Amino acid sequence: MKVLVTAKRVVDPDVKVKLDGSGNLDLSNVEYKLNPFDEYGVEEAVKLKEAGKADEVIVVSVGTSDSQKEIRTALAMGADRGILVEVDEDEDLDPLTIAKLINGVVQREEPQLILLGKLAVDAENNQVGQMLGALTGFGQGTFAYRLDIEDGYAIVGREVDGGTADVKVALPAIVTADLRLNEPRYASLPGIMKAKKKPLDVLTPDDLDVEVDAQVRVVGYELPPERAAGVIVADVDELIEKLRNEAKVIG
Amino acid sequence: MGFYDNFLDEGQSLLRESCKRFALKEIRPFADEWEEAETFPRELYKKAAKAGILGVGFPEAVGGSGGGPVEILMSVEGLMHGTSTGVTVGLGTLGIALPAVVQSENSELIDRIARPVFAGDRIAALAITEPGTGSDVAGVRTTAKADGDDFIVNGAKMFISSGVRADYIVALCRTGEDTHGGLTFFVIESDMPGVSVSRSLKKTGWRASDTAELAFDGVRVPKRNMVGELGSGFFAVMRNFQTERLALAGYGYATAELALEESIRYARDREAFGRPIMRFQVTRHKLAEMATKVTAAKTFTYQVASRMAAGEHCVTEVSMAKNMCAQVANEVTYEAVQIHGGMGYMRESVVERLSRDARLLPIGGGTQEIMREIIAKNMGL
Repeated sequence: MKVLVTAKRVVDPDVKVKLDGSGNLDLSNVEYKLNPFDEYGVEEAVKLKEAGKADEVIVVSVGTSDSQKEIRTALAMGADRGILVEVDEDEDLDPLTIAKLINGVVQREEPQLILLGKLAVDAENNQVGQMLGALTGFGQGTFAYRLDIEDGYAIVGREVDGGTADVKVALPAIVTADLRLNEPRYASLPGIMKAKKKPLDVLTPDDLDVEVDAQVRVVGYELPPERAAGVIVADVDELIEKLRNEAKVIG
Repeated sequence: MGFYDNFLDEGQSLLRESCKRFALKEIRPFADEWEEAETFPRELYKKAAKAGILGVGFPEAVGGSGGGPVEILMSVEGLMHGTSTGVTVGLGTLGIALPAVVQSENSELIDRIARPVFAGDRIAALAITEPGTGSDVAGVRTTAKADGDDFIVNGAKMFISSGVRADYIVALCRTGEDTHGGLTFFVIESDMPGVSVSRSLKKTGWRASDTAELAFDGVRVPKRNMVGELGSGFFAVMRNFQTERLALAGYGYATAELALEESIRYARDREAFGRPIMRFQVTRHKLAEMATKVTAAKTFTYQVASRMAAGEHCVTEVSMAKNMCAQVANEVTYEAVQIHGGMGYMRESVVERLSRDARLLPIGGGTQEIMREIIAKNMGL
């Protein structure tokens, strides 16, 4: 079984991103890393390989050439080869465009399983996996906290309100990874050295016959308004009075 | 192009991040607890081994993870994000204990002693300093006297990091009268009769790392535990000091950098006279000065590491880096405590710990004075 897994380059979630005053992000001096949810996907793919259930793990990233580093991270964790779909820095990418580009790779590689993080921690769109499902026509199991591959099916454990639910999806399938799916390993120095020798192909959107034409564009960033200080009410009656007459949230 | 791209290749950069991630997840949440307990779980060695961190700087052929000076520096820098120098040091004692064993090219000794340590199953410590000798390595008085196929070791060792629970103590012993040629390393196993921990020492800082005074009373050590040739000890010490000093420089700038980050955070949150103390010029200037020192120390150390990696002999520069970083660590943590005010003096502040941890840096691994002596000598003064 061939597994395709995504690796998006995101700003380190521990870094507080500032605005530059003209509605843009100030990304100087920020560090980047592999999207944590994609990391769960990579770990799961490598585990499948170690368990003998996958033959090859291919990492794909869509981004500038800088994203090669996140692909290398995934290769250092144990993936076999990487594919970067390279786009220009000033190119707007919306989830549908990214899904189309990944679909292009899917058509070339014909994987049986596609693992994605359920979302990327930068924009938090949570759409690419689902859109890829629509584009490929494959079944999907989203928000996986558990994954088993058995007899041509992916059994995906999902956390739902009040409990868990399993879905059984015929391969080829799309699975998006949630927290608790596994504990991603650390890229070790020997792994990093091996990763340097693993193949990393660079493709363009043209190679994949995909036109980059985002329908959703970022027009600017602004911080949410600062919250005004709260007030302490004396009793429940006052609270109700304020909710009714000041906040007007109850009738 | 960022700061790191000037010095690190992609792999080194990944290693730095990987070690940092390990520290943030496996060390930082427990650092306060382990510092108070003056130890950390043995299990952490196993985890660090699995992540390939323990063996950095040693060839894969002997069970290490590969890499040279730059990689060693990155592992130190990354691990320091755990905010406990003690834990970093405790995990790192094999870095000073095993070089002589590995360089001996004695495959039996490497397989029996070094591999289990790289695997995180055993702990190794280096024992040179004695109650009566420190920087003066040739003054070692612990003796190893040949007795048939064995050596009988008598003496005491002082300030031994990881000494309390080390399984293997790589100890420098006097085997002959020649000042330098009469010293040899032996691997003394902690369960050999006659080995005892005289004291578990209580320290100002580095508290999560155990430190021992050890006594060897007629310990019978088989000849197969001799490291390298008879009389090769002093030269092994000299050979490996450079890497240790580089690592200590790493502790220094990393300590300072953490203190700076903590101070920036605190200065933004802490209010005095109706506004965050960051709004006072005096605070901003203090932080600017701290950042300048951190950047200078870090840049210099990276440069020295790169030169060492390229095979250059940098005794002067690595001694300078060690001293500079130790000084920067102490100056910056001092100001960090000052910015934190009363809170900076409380155990619950990271900067409180860092300020105590920094104090050892001009002392351990070659004192500031010895470093200056080396520098002055190499300057031809």
